[in-house]
Formats: sequence, structure tokens, C-alpha cells
Amino acid sequence: MSITKKDVEHVANLARLELSDAEKEQFGDQLNAILKYADKLNELNTDGIEPTSHVLPLANVMRADTVKPSWPIEKVLLNAPEEEDGQFKVPPVLE
Amino acid sequence: MSKYETVVGLEVHVELHTKSKIFCGCSTSFGAPPNTHTCPVCLGHPGVLPVLNRQAVEYAMKAAMAINCDIAEWCKFDRKNYFYPDSPKAYQISQFDQPIGENGWIDIEVNGQTKRIGITRLHLEEDAGKLTHIDGGFGSLADFNRVGTPLVEIVSEPDIRSPEEAKAYLEKLRAIMQYCDVSDVKMEEGSLRCDANISIRPYGQEKFGTRAELKNMNSFRGVQRGLEYEELRQADVLDSGGTVVQETRRWDEGQGKTISMRSKEEAHDYRYFPDPDLVRLHIDAEWKSRVQASIPELPDARQSRYIQQYGLSSYDAGVLTASMKLADFFEESLKHTSDAKASANWIMGELLGYLNANGLELDDVKITGQGLGEMIQLIEKGTISSKIAKTVFKGLIETGKSPQQIVEEQGLVQISDEGAILAVVDAIIAANPQSVEDFRNGKEKAIGFLVGQIMKETKGKANPGLVNKLLIDRLNA
Repeated sequence: MSITKKDVEHVANLARLELSDAEKEQFGDQLNAILKYADKLNELNTDGIEPTSHVLPLANVMRADTVKPSWPIEKVLLNAPEEEDGQFKVPPVLE
Repeated sequence: MSKYETVVGLEVHVELHTKSKIFCGCSTSFGAPPNTHTCPVCLGHPGVLPVLNRQAVEYAMKAAMAINCDIAEWCKFDRKNYFYPDSPKAYQISQFDQPIGENGWIDIEVNGQTKRIGITRLHLEEDAGKLTHIDGGFGSLADFNRVGTPLVEIVSEPDIRSPEEAKAYLEKLRAIMQYCDVSDVKMEEGSLRCDANISIRPYGQEKFGTRAELKNMNSFRGVQRGLEYEELRQADVLDSGGTVVQETRRWDEGQGKTISMRSKEEAHDYRYFPDPDLVRLHIDAEWKSRVQASIPELPDARQSRYIQQYGLSSYDAGVLTASMKLADFFEESLKHTSDAKASANWIMGELLGYLNANGLELDDVKITGQGLGEMIQLIEKGTISSKIAKTVFKGLIETGKSPQQIVEEQGLVQISDEGAILAVVDAIIAANPQSVEDFRNGKEKAIGFLVGQIMKETKGKANPGLVNKLLIDRLNA
């Protein structure tokens, strides 16, 4: 399987990234290298092995429904590039 | 009659009323100042680990069982990736190919006909935040308090054939969720939300038409109106030789129409994959049966019981059981009177009439089931007349006092003393010789006027049966 320029453009669009033609080529090559590396897994014989969605042999890790203190608002907003009225200000997203 | 058949499938989101969020301990309570119910987990900071809220899972199981779904023995959580500022993580934790419940159904009743609507699946996921668009379009403000509130999404089969059926389905679903006590299910507050897929096809055609997805229908009425608009719009498109485009459309309540939001070119690509931070969920038989045992008598069962046990009509029993609070109110009243039909009539007539006229809910008024039951008892005993009972009923709604107290305070006790009534009868006869003569000349109507005068004189408190009897006795004397 190989990543085409079209695939790169699609993924970039989903990630809201604007790439130059040179970058598209560069990232396409890198993505291909990554996939090729992952292809190594196909060399393993997996006959008789159950597919799994998780590597840990664990299930049902849960907590009780109890309320714990949230973070103070000052700390919450430290990561806001812009804030207004205690809220994160983001680019307009009118539909 | 249109030549097209409408096909509708609904996606309903129900907020589960846990105390804390689905993957962290932040409170889910409504109305806190923006972003004060957030933490590194629900804000999606790097390196944090979500831990599943057991109560959210049990509510989801309960909801799935109540709509007759098969419960998965194993399921997992997946990341649904999308960029939108209502989601700080840029993905929503949801369930993709292993939902908690599948293959369910509920029965709805439309025009006296029962119809079964299939339910494809019910899965557990987290809610997104709330965006407020600032005037002038300079930006939007994000409040993440709602991020991580547990939701179940319930997807129906495309079995619904009219806007009316869609409304009936939603109302039944709401009632079931309310009975199960897993959600507040208030559409106005967003704890019940509905999207619809709607298409039309010529009658007889098996293949579905191209569908539109409708969003932003914020009330039961809105859902019905939005679908009614959309089936006509699509018919117009086809009739004028066009083709329906697959797209998302927003219902605009004010304008009373649907507006295109985005077309297929931008169709979503969510790139679901298993969330590596969450281990699998195993629902064994013991857990399942424990949750199953917590499901109370559901609306359909209660409706059938009312028909059998109290002899109510299917319609009446349906109205009473559409809301659990109303059904509980009805049953409470029956602890104080044995006249179930009278109670049902008072509830459906006076009580619902009052609530609808004033835009109120049962919780907003002070009347109790006990108060209504005791009032009906007072009518049975002849303490008050049915007419006076309407005054007492108003007192029950507005003051919450007991009917006995209202009757005493307002002096509403029915006059059943023959001597007292006779005195009034005689006075009215003496004052209205013309009517008396009319009656004796065969004008039966005249008696109605005389009875009216007597009731007016006694401020409606005279026992109507006695008034009639004594008046006729006197006139025929």
C-alpha cells in the first residue's frame, strides 16, 4: 500500500493543514516510510490469534459516580490563546 | 394524497443524568459559570487518562434493555475524529462497531393502530461543549462544561413513514427513558435531542430515495414540522424534474423551513479507531440480570394494566401513562378514591387543561394525587357538588391545601338540607310568576331558568338533585 499525493491532501484537509507542494511530497514519503515499517507486522504468522482492540488483558476498569473538584478557572484558561468571559475564544464557526 | 411515501429514521441523543462526567469526576450539573466544571481529562490535556463511570454504563444498559435491545457481552470505545471547537480533544469518545445495545424495538400508536419501530443500535458516548457565536462574526466562545456528559445515541431503523409517526416514536422513547430514570429527557434543555434522516420514494418503489439529514429541531413539534416541510420540499424537487441532494439541513423554527448546511463534498471522514486509553467492557449475565431487575413497569405495560384494572379506554390509559409523573399522580389519587374513571377525567380534563393553558408542567403546580382523590371522595359523599368541585380543584392547584380545608375556608359545603333549599325554592317561585306560569302551560324550558335562579341564589352550593326534585314537587303541587 502506498500513499498518493491525493491521500496526503485528503488527510491534510481533515487535519486543517495547509501544505505546499514540496511538503506534500515530503510528508507523502514519510508516511510511506512509516507504513512500510508497519508492514513488518505482516511478516508475523498470526494464525489462530484472536483479533483484539487492546493490548492489555484487562476489562471493566471503572470508577464510581462521584463528583470531584474541577480545576480552578484561572488554570483552565491558561491554555486559552484568547479568552473572554471565562470562555475560550476561537475563530468564528458560524454554520 | 401525495404520490410519494415518506421514509424517516431518527437519531436521538439522550443525556444520562449521572452526577459526574463519563470519564472524569467533574460535575454534570447544569448552569454553572462557563468552564468551571472542567479538568485536564475533559479538556483533553496531553497525558491524561479517562476512567469510565460505572453508573453511565448501567444507565446505558438499562436504556438499551428498556427498548428491547440485545446487550453486547463485550464492547469497546472508539475515537471519532473531527475538528470543531466544541471538542477540545479533536475527537469524541464513542462506540463504533460494538455498541452496548443492538436490534431493539418500541411500539408506537398512531390513529389507533399499533406499529413496531425497529431500533438499530444504542451506544454510549460523551457530549461536546457549547459554542456561543459572538455578534459580528468576530469569533465564537467555547464553554466546555458539557464536554464529557454521558450520552446514549439511539438510532432507529428507517421504519417511520410520516412526521406524525416520528413524533409518536419520540414521545414513546421519552416516556420510556423517563420511566427508567436514566435522564431528565427535556428537549427544551437539550437533554433529549433529535436528528432525522428523511427521504421520499414513489409508492411501490423498494429502493430508498436520497435522504437529507435534518438538524436543530428543538421540540417535539419542531420535529414534526421540520419533517412535514421536508417531505413537501423533496416532493417539489422531484415533481419539477430535479433530484434530491444528499445533504445536511437545518430546521429554522422562526422561518418555518429547512436550510442547507453542507453538501456531500464535505462529507465527514471520522477515521474511527479503538481508544487505546480505555480497556474493553465485559457485560456478564449477572450484571445484566441485576440491571434488568431495576427496570420498572414501562409505559406499555402500565397502559394495559390501566385498561384491565380500571376499565379505562386505551386512549385515556395512553394519555395518563405518557408521562410517568402523571401516571404516578393518578395512582396516588386512587389511594383516596375508588373511582378511577372520575380521577382520569379530572386529570385529563381540568388538570391537563390548566397545565396546557398556562404552559406549565405537573411539578409547577401544587395539587397532589391525594388532594384530587380526597376531592372526588367529597363529591361521592355529597359534601360538595361537581360544580363546586371545580372551584375546589382550582384551590388545589393554586394553594396546595387539602380539599377539606378549601371547602371549609370558602364555605363551599353543599346545601343538602331540604328545609333550607325549600325556602329558596319558594322565594324564587314567588319572584318569578311568569316562569311558573310558562311551566304550567307546558313550557318545560322554564324550569331550567328557575333552577338557574336557585343555584345563583345559593352560590352554586345547593344540591342539584334536591333542587330539581323540590322545585318540581312545588310546581306540580
